[in-house]
Amino acid sequence: MLILNCPYCGVDADETELAAGGEAHLKRHGPGSSDDEFHGYLFARKNPRGVHFERWRHAHGCGKWFHAARDTVTLEVFGTYPAQTEGPPKPILAAIEARRPGWTLD
Amino acid sequence: MLEPVSALNGASFDGLARIEETGLQGMITLRGDLSAKAVKSAATAASGVRRVPDQRQANVSGEKGLCWMSPDELLVLCPYGAVAEALEKMQAALAGSHALAVNVSDARAVVRLSGPAAREVLAKLCPVDLAPAAFTPGMFRRTRMAQAPVAFWMDDDESFRIVCFRSVAQYVFDVLKVAAQPGSEVGFHARPEPV
Ligand SMILES: [Zn+2]
Repeated sequence: MLILNCPYCGVDADETELAAGGEAHLKRHGPGSSDDEFHGYLFARKNPRGVHFERWRHAHGCGKWFHAARDTVTLEVFGTYPAQTEGPPKPILAAIEARRPGWTLD
Repeated sequence: MLEPVSALNGASFDGLARIEETGLQGMITLRGDLSAKAVKSAATAASGVRRVPDQRQANVSGEKGLCWMSPDELLVLCPYGAVAEALEKMQAALAGSHALAVNVSDARAVVRLSGPAAREVLAKLCPVDLAPAAFTPGMFRRTRMAQAPVAFWMDDDESFRIVCFRSVAQYVFDVLKVAAQPGSEVGFHARPEPV
């Protein structure tokens, strides 16, 4: 069972209060992009064993979308952060590096 | 003229705790920048309470009050019959600002859960820490009750007011009744007997 802290209302929300929104920080490819780019945007997703960045929505709470960084194997949560960003912020990256020495953002 | 009727027509149940629908309650959803002066004064003018609650707080007295729903949303409580006038005041205060105020009174239901075992009963249904030290009067929480979205606050240490959508009012009442079935005490939040 995951417990994620919602950065908007501050609640430590049980997984059953949340809705999963899939991989975070996707770059949108729309009109003008190549078929390969559009295909990748629609279908290609990371499926790592380990550090993963995800979108979650506090569906049964304040209703806001936010981001979470966690480990898909151990379920360790490195942190959560607001939705208004194109990539993980520095404190989140530092928290991951502290727990997973040698890990780099790809 | 049709008489407005609340979702459960005042139904009640006595078990481990008392469950009762409170009847008609005026409710206005206010969305906007909660730090903006116009939004704050619209909220306080309509509800009759002086302070806009902080994050996860409720400032309620009887049928009047304000509840923090999200960083850009307040729930404004006022007597059912006073909604039209309150909305008029709010629209005047909000003129020219980017904000929204809507009457949602008939879309909702309110249930009161009270008694020494009220925390026990609610804790069976909501993924919320309801220990007396963790959840206290003045706090406000949106969560799920079994399968339905709800919001609640405490009027005192032994009573909750629970707001839900009108369409799930019967479900909320029934699932509370199950959780309050005599003989189903868990005793997790019960205070130890003095020796
Ligand atoms: Zn939240």
